[in-house]
Amino acid sequence: MERIPILRMGSFLLVSIQVDMHDRLALTLQDDLTSQIVKNRARGVLIDISMLEIVDSFIGRMLGSIAGMARLLDAETVVVGMRPSVAITLVELGLSLHGIRTALDVEKGMSLLQAAVIDNGSEVGEDQHDGAGY
Amino acid sequence: MAQKTALPAIIGKREEEILKQWLELQMAENKSLPAGGRQQLERDARDFMHALVAGLSRGSLDLSGAEWAPAQEIIEALSASRARDGFSPSETAAFVFSLKQPLFQALFHEFSNDADGLRDAVWQSTQLLDKLGLSTVEAYQKTREGVILRQQEELLELSTPVVRLWDNVLALPLIGTLDSSRTQVVMQNLLDAIVETRSDFAIIDITGVPVVDTLVAQHLLKTVAAARLMGADCLISGVRPQIAQTIIHLGVDLSNVTTKATLADAFAVALRRSGAMVTKIDKRHASSRAEAL
Repeated sequence: MERIPILRMGSFLLVSIQVDMHDRLALTLQDDLTSQIVKNRARGVLIDISMLEIVDSFIGRMLGSIAGMARLLDAETVVVGMRPSVAITLVELGLSLHGIRTALDVEKGMSLLQAAVIDNGSEVGEDQHDGAGY
Repeated sequence: MAQKTALPAIIGKREEEILKQWLELQMAENKSLPAGGRQQLERDARDFMHALVAGLSRGSLDLSGAEWAPAQEIIEALSASRARDGFSPSETAAFVFSLKQPLFQALFHEFSNDADGLRDAVWQSTQLLDKLGLSTVEAYQKTREGVILRQQEELLELSTPVVRLWDNVLALPLIGTLDSSRTQVVMQNLLDAIVETRSDFAIIDITGVPVVDTLVAQHLLKTVAAARLMGADCLISGVRPQIAQTIIHLGVDLSNVTTKATLADAFAVALRRSGAMVTKIDKRHASSRAEAL
């Protein structure tokens, strides 16, 4: 069965979604990711959706629920690389994914994640090390 | 119907006469015609007469038929060029309508002993010329609408520049009224620019937006939410006192968005959040450096 690979990088998990998500794939990803977080005692999850061109309300909600599940398992979630058209679609659908951290690319997402984990899961302040790229 | 076949023959026979009178009439009406315009007009008139005779000789008065295509083409080209040159609609339509007088005169001469024939011929030619006149006005209108459409598009492109203020700070100065189609373009431009420049901050400056109503506020909120989804921070600046009052009276909730009164304030916030700082250089320091250079 088709699966989305989950890569481990230190205490973080890296998920790059390179194919169009369908509902079954999304559910499998949820299963895999939660078990991997527990297995690897991961502190952060980075989901790269820069290849994703089409989203619907289901995928949007799935991203939200993955973040919620990860938080329950004490891991931070960052979604990176959302395309403009995808962002517009999600906003038009009324899904602004509150509670999910976002970053422009993997690099910025990583530094955001590191900062968040150092802060021990507390909200990253807006005036400090949030991956500005300097 | 004998008259149907009679019309083209009569026009063909008296073509020169009709054409001469017609041209004189048009010259008298269009006193402002430029020097080169006379030859052009004569050429157009002659072509139109030929097309008219050709169309009539097929015996149909239905302008949508293929036999009227050449006449329609001439009219469309003429209307288009007149619309661009700033003629009024009635001046443009006069090209066709002023043909009536010389044409009827020719018919009067031809049917001087045949009242029924004259009536039918006049009726047919009136119908025909009215239809042609209307399509002149239609073509004129179409050209004008094309001009308006093009200008709108140009305005749309002109009015949404995304400027880079700092390494990862973008600004979008909005000028003019925001409507749905414009907001779409603005949103798309801004988000594309964010991806392109990998900017963490975007400042939407609404100093030049005259009116902020619920719709505009909603559009702004959507843009901010979309930028946030992509991982960029969006600030709104240039909120004038009047607009602040309107927003509160309308009950629009902008509490999730950082708003500032001036672009400078928003820029300072963006710099601070990205960890940069603006400081004054010590005067003595600066002068000694200048000397060193």
